[in-house]
Amino acid sequence: MSLVTKPGGRYRSVVDATEIIVVKAAKSPIDLRCGGHPVVAVGDEVPGDLTLDSSFATGTPLGKRFADPDSGLELLCTKAGEGSLSIGTTPLPLKDAKPLPSSD
Amino acid sequence: MHLGMLLEMAADGMADRVALGPKASGVTFAELAHRARRLGAVLEAAPGERVGLIDLNSPAVPLTLFGAAIAGKPFVPINYRLADPQLRAIVARTAPATIIVGDGVAERIGPVEGIEYLNRADALALAENPEGKESDGWGGDADDIAVLLFTSGTTGEPKAAVLRHSNLTEYIITTVEYSGSGEDEAAIVSVPPYHIAGISAVLSSTYSGRRVYQLEAFEPRAWVEVVRAESITHAMVVPTMLGRILDIIEADGQGLPSMRALSYGGGPMPLPVIERAVGLLPNVGFVNAYGLTETSSTIAVLGPDDHSAAFASDDPAVRARLASVGRPLPSLEVSIRDAIGEAVAPGERGEIYVRGGQVSGEYLGRGTSLDAEGWFPTRDEGHLDEGGYLFVHGRLDDVIVRGGENLSPGEIEAVLLEHPAVREAAVVGIPSKEWGEGVAAAVIVSGEVTEDELKAHVRARLRSSRTPDRIQFREELPFNESGKLLRRVLRTELSEAFA
Repeated sequence: MSLVTKPGGRYRSVVDATEIIVVKAAKSPIDLRCGGHPVVAVGDEVPGDLTLDSSFATGTPLGKRFADPDSGLELLCTKAGEGSLSIGTTPLPLKDAKPLPSSD
Repeated sequence: MHLGMLLEMAADGMADRVALGPKASGVTFAELAHRARRLGAVLEAAPGERVGLIDLNSPAVPLTLFGAAIAGKPFVPINYRLADPQLRAIVARTAPATIIVGDGVAERIGPVEGIEYLNRADALALAENPEGKESDGWGGDADDIAVLLFTSGTTGEPKAAVLRHSNLTEYIITTVEYSGSGEDEAAIVSVPPYHIAGISAVLSSTYSGRRVYQLEAFEPRAWVEVVRAESITHAMVVPTMLGRILDIIEADGQGLPSMRALSYGGGPMPLPVIERAVGLLPNVGFVNAYGLTETSSTIAVLGPDDHSAAFASDDPAVRARLASVGRPLPSLEVSIRDAIGEAVAPGERGEIYVRGGQVSGEYLGRGTSLDAEGWFPTRDEGHLDEGGYLFVHGRLDDVIVRGGENLSPGEIEAVLLEHPAVREAAVVGIPSKEWGEGVAAAVIVSGEVTEDELKAHVRARLRSSRTPDRIQFREELPFNESGKLLRRVLRTELSEAFA
């Protein structure tokens, strides 16, 4: 299943509490998953018969940013959950961002 | 992304941290969110399409900012110091709206068509009422207008800068680490609520989990007392504020033991002031920030490490960076262009252009001022050095054209301020029969110095065309309350004095 992402798009896991928002869209449609299953748009129906895949269960912490160097996709976790994010079966890495000095 | 989500995330992940007010009796992030949702429900039902605020700083500022966002209406903080006719004109332009006001404001303005007033105390009581209805979710989406800020504008009618939810949240999530503040961190906000720094301070602190203490209005002694009593760790000040704070600290010798990070911006900081600050506050990390209302606050920062490196260096190019605004944020692009819009080489001066998600460059009723590629012309003059450090020389509109040569007032002011007797200095162009425009300076001095000595001081450091033709000694300079020099006022005064 492939998603066409756009900035501000919000998605949720179908097997845990994780919610994410798109910061930068992917260049092309991608197979974004959480807990081993394709995510759905917030507000869409969640299939009820799925369970968390233990290979994708390291958790998605609130407020963390994720970036896929290949597709350009950047995400922010807006609700923490037990599932972890992946593109297909490739785990989505945390974005490496140097903290900036506080200016306001 | 919507501002409502920033607050939701803070309430979700940092529920029990104190968000707002005194350390001992402040409101937690969870409670802040409840109150904002209650005020949001009130504002959604209130008449008008916008939510104004004409008031000093108080807990009502963050509550109204978030409450308006939740209600799906733009937040419009207005300068309460404007003269009555100007204030009434801006209020009329904000209609239809509900405006939250401090004591006496509604009486001062009087009835305006399409405007309902809501007293600050009543708004706070509605927000605090545990029985009050709470909005669920928020109105509108990320592309809607979150904040309208009337810019001070040097010419003509003030323009209302449009900041959308997406501009402000892009700035926050790309520059602030969620929950990145220590539990003991606290920021004092003393810039007024109608200043972009007042808005960005609330948003940054909420997202990073830092307590905010709102000081009603800047007064140096009150500022120092609150910083000491409330163990404040972070603050943002404009140059005039910092000088006055240092006077108090120097006199009582007690420093600011809790302070860790002091950022300054909103105008050029005289080098002697920052050197004095570093001497008096050795435990503080200094941050110089450059930004505009139209860019959702900061676009370049000179951090504590940059300050230390510049102070420690023997290399004049590195040392000069103390006078820079640091490097552009990694999330945006900066380019320096000449008069026909071509990018110039490092070291060459031109107009500062900026591009990125936090850049709005849009004014209400006037559309966008971004070019086809999304670049915003700031009307500020600047240059980048070889290391990518940005130097800002002032407003292009303030450039003095003397005998065909373009002179930056900021450069001449900086040299005047290096003279030990000069406390404040401002340079403007005045009409000159000989040169078209002449260079006039106004200075405040604290020691014995003559006009000729000051001219010689400038001539020794800059070429003679940049030496002021005339210098006026004064008791004070015309600043607005956010520390911006009122150049137009000064130009009129000096033109008359030297006519």
